[in-house]
Formats: sequence, structure tokens, C-alpha cells
Amino acid sequence: MAQMKFMCDAERCIECNGCVTACKNANEVEWGIQRRRVVTLNDGEPSEVSISVACMHCDDAPCMAVCPTDCFYKTDDGIVLHDKDLCIGCGYCLYACPFGAPQFPQQDAFGERGKMDKCTFCAGGPADSPEEEYEKYGANRIAEGKLPLCAEMCSTKALLAGDAQTVADIFRERVVRRGHKDGAWSAIGNGSPSAIDAMAYDATQDQ
Amino acid sequence: MNMRDVLSWLGQGFRLPRLAIALPGIALPGLLLLVALAFGSAALAADPNAEIAVAVPAADADTWRQVKDGESFIDTRHDSTYSLINQSGETWRQWRNKWVSPFGLVAVGGMLVMITIFYLIVGRSQLDEPRTGRKLLRWSVLSRALHWTLATLFLILALTGLNILYGKFVFKPLFGDAVWAAMISGTKFLHNYIGPFFGILLIFVLAKFLKHNWIKRHDIEWFKQGGGMIGDKHPDAGFANGGEKAWFWMLATAGMVVFASGLVLDFPNFDQSRDTMQWANIIHAVGALILTAVSFGHIYIGTLGTEGALEGMTTGYVDETWAKQHHNLWYEEVKDQAGEAPAAQPHDDQADSTPSSSSPS
Repeated sequence: MAQMKFMCDAERCIECNGCVTACKNANEVEWGIQRRRVVTLNDGEPSEVSISVACMHCDDAPCMAVCPTDCFYKTDDGIVLHDKDLCIGCGYCLYACPFGAPQFPQQDAFGERGKMDKCTFCAGGPADSPEEEYEKYGANRIAEGKLPLCAEMCSTKALLAGDAQTVADIFRERVVRRGHKDGAWSAIGNGSPSAIDAMAYDATQDQ
Repeated sequence: MNMRDVLSWLGQGFRLPRLAIALPGIALPGLLLLVALAFGSAALAADPNAEIAVAVPAADADTWRQVKDGESFIDTRHDSTYSLINQSGETWRQWRNKWVSPFGLVAVGGMLVMITIFYLIVGRSQLDEPRTGRKLLRWSVLSRALHWTLATLFLILALTGLNILYGKFVFKPLFGDAVWAAMISGTKFLHNYIGPFFGILLIFVLAKFLKHNWIKRHDIEWFKQGGGMIGDKHPDAGFANGGEKAWFWMLATAGMVVFASGLVLDFPNFDQSRDTMQWANIIHAVGALILTAVSFGHIYIGTLGTEGALEGMTTGYVDETWAKQHHNLWYEEVKDQAGEAPAAQPHDDQADSTPSSSSPS
């Protein structure tokens, strides 16, 4: 079975926000919610770099682990989905998520959170009818044999979506063509003893 | 010279006019120097590896620091205050799932088991002497109303809180998604809306009962004798014994901390950060689990565990024998008020009587 993953090639991302717009349009996401965001570091400086982020559909998803209602589940394709009928808007998934993916419409008094919304990898969610599914979760393009619209519409093909192996192959080919000896994510000539270590850097851990 | 080199040269050349205006004396040498530099860098760019090093921003330690801290950072989400990677999320997850959740179960479950074993082995604390039938007013209507309201809210909060932490392991597989969805959303609703009322009421109750709960020298002795469990002599106790005072001060400290951290979680509309709410959640859970575990002790001692104790909090009156046995110092102060329990409810200021508040009859 495929393991679906997003991968954003930061060297190709031009911060056009096409992915953000495509996502909102494909899924008719409600006002105030933006499932995908583009983050830019050092905007306007020579070292400027941008990356598009949404739910990364983690293998060991922290949201699933902390949810008090156990509303999350993983599809056979490795896509992390959630059941809005079970969600109580407690916000725990937001506390745990490394990527700030869960968002909550503020519908109620005292800032009480509504039901969580996040990227579904354009795979919809649990519902009784396609209409209900679209209403609650947005498009189910996966069921139609299509990939998420954000990646499909990315003008520079910075944002890749698909089976992890395919995505990795495409990215590896780019890295080789660019001539990096260390891979696209590592500095060149910084005296790093092991390129693999630099590539495997885990930002959630202290160095 | 190819196009790239021209662009590179132009890039270097942009600095020329400013330098020329600022330092007219060295304008010509400066121009020559810059031209030389431009060709130098053009030569450098011919080497593919060097070109990449210049053209591609490296993801170095600084980049990752920005990723974590959110500095030099813009985000297209309109109200986002999130860094690119939420580093503390995993810490919070580990604290909650690996420590708070299992050890909370050990604390709460362990307390239930210990009380059960204690009851089976030691049994109920009986009255040593027969009841005299003469009653002493111990809790006024207001005190009892406050106590039982607070107790009800506490029980609802404790049960819903336990459901939020452990319910998914029990009720979701037991009842199925449809029932569980209604159950857990009701749980959250009750917990979030009752919490603030509990906290406000707790402040009133603490203020009302404070006068009975200052720690005295005999309370230390009470604890040394384990509240009468160690040795055969019953230790001295005033209106409130050492155990009751310990419970009071737990509610005054842990209870208020749980109240405050609960407010942080309950009202996410004040722009408090994820990190703040993560810590509030851990503090809230630890404090609440400790209070829940200890409350079992309070409930046991006040009901099954002690003969003659519960009637004080239900009718307001306790038997003279009970008062003499469990609260001898208080009994000495109020024994001349002992008599038949009046049919009419007493006025509040006659109850909770201490020498300072009671008038001699």
C-alpha cells in the first residue's frame, strides 16, 4: 500500500501561495481557516527561503496519541483523518502537532473552539454521503484517483504529494542534478562530519 | 562573458555610485577594485560547487533556530503566531501520555484499593461510648449548602476530568462511536462550564472555613499519632482535626492552582500561546488527579469510615459522644450548648461555634 506524504522543496518554493489558494478552493474551507500556509524565513534577504506547510500525515502522529476522544484514524494510504462527529474542540491536537496544522473555528461563546479542521490530503473524511463529506471535510480527490490540489497546482513543482517512495525518488533526482554532495537540506562545506547526520536533523529535539 | 557573469557583475556594480559619492577621493581606485572583485566572483561562479554554495541558502543551525523560534519569520496564515515547528508539542505529549496519564491512574486507583483494604482489615471507626442523645450544632445551613454544592461540582468535575483522560480506553470500545460522541462532548461541556463556578465557590468556602483551619501545635501531634491510628489514645483536635486542616490547605493550594490553570485552558481567546496551554494542561491534570485521589480519603472518612460523622454534614448536628471522641478541644468549648436538636433550623451565626463567635447561653 502507498504511504502518502507531502514534501516541499524549499529551493523551488517561490512563496506564490498558489497551494494555499488551491486548497481553499478545492475544499471550500470555511472562513478563517487556512489548511495550508507558506512560511518564509529571512524575507527580503539573500538567505530568504520559503516552505509550504500543512498536516504532514505523520507516521507516529502526535494528534492521534493525545486526542481524548480518539477521533483520529489513519487510512491504508497513511493519511491521517479525523471524525468531526467525535471532535469536541479541546485543542490537544494543536498543543501536540509539530506543524500547527489543526485549526478551530471560533463559533461559540468564551472563545470555545469549534470542531477541528485540518488538511485531509484531499481524502475527505468519515460521512454518510458524498455531500456530507464535502460539507464537513472538503474534497475527496483521492477517491477519484487524484492527488491533493495544492501539489497538483504548484507552479514550480516545489510541493510534491504522493507515495513516499515516488516523492523521494523525484527529490533524490533533483538533488543529484543540482550537484549537491550533501543533499539539498544541508550546508555545503560547513565542515559537517556526516552529511547523513545533517539530513536527518530533527528539529523537534534539542541538539 | 555569459549572461550570468554579466548579471553578477551588475550585482556588484550597484554599490558603485554610493561609494563614489561618499568617497570622491578614492572613487577611481574604488571603481577599479570593484571591477576586479566582480570578475573575481565571476570566476568563482564558474566552479559549480562554489556557485551552489552562493546561490542556495544553506539550511544551517541558524535556519533551524528560526524554524523553532519563529524569528525573521512570516506566515501567510492571517492570525498565526505559530513557529514553523512546534518543538514543545512532543515534550507535552510525552509528559501527558507517559507520566501524567499512567501515574494518575496509579494514584487514583491506588487510593481506592488502599481504602478498600483499610476498610476490610481495620473497619469502621466506631464510637467508643454509647451516644448520649444530646446534640451539638456543628454545621450551619449555609455551611452545609456550601459544602454539598461544592462537593457536587467537585464530583462532576472529577468524573468528567477522568473521562477526558481515560474515557477513550473504556467507553469508546464499550458503547461505540455514536454514544461515545455524545458522552464526551457532554463531558467537555460540563467540565468547561462548571469549572469556573467551582473555582469561585471554592474561594467562598475557603474564606468561610478559614477560621477553623489555622494550624495549631496539637495538630502536629495529631499527625504524629496518625490521627489516632498509632497508639490507643485519641489525639487532641479542635473544631477541625489535623486531617481536615490538611484537606482544607490542599484545596487552598492545589485547588486554586487547578482553578487558575483551568481558566487558562477554558478561555483560549486571550492569545495565550500553545506553550502556555501545554504547561497549564500538565499542571491542571497533576493537581486535579492528586485532589481526586485525596478526596476519596475525605469521602471515606466522612461517610463509611467514621460512625457519627456524616450526620454532622447532613443534619448539622453531631452527638456529644462523637464530639468528645473526635474533637475533644472543640467539645470542651461548646459542651454547655449540648441539648436536643431543635426542629427549626438555627440561624447561621449560631453555628460553626467557636468561643470567639458564640455567645454564652
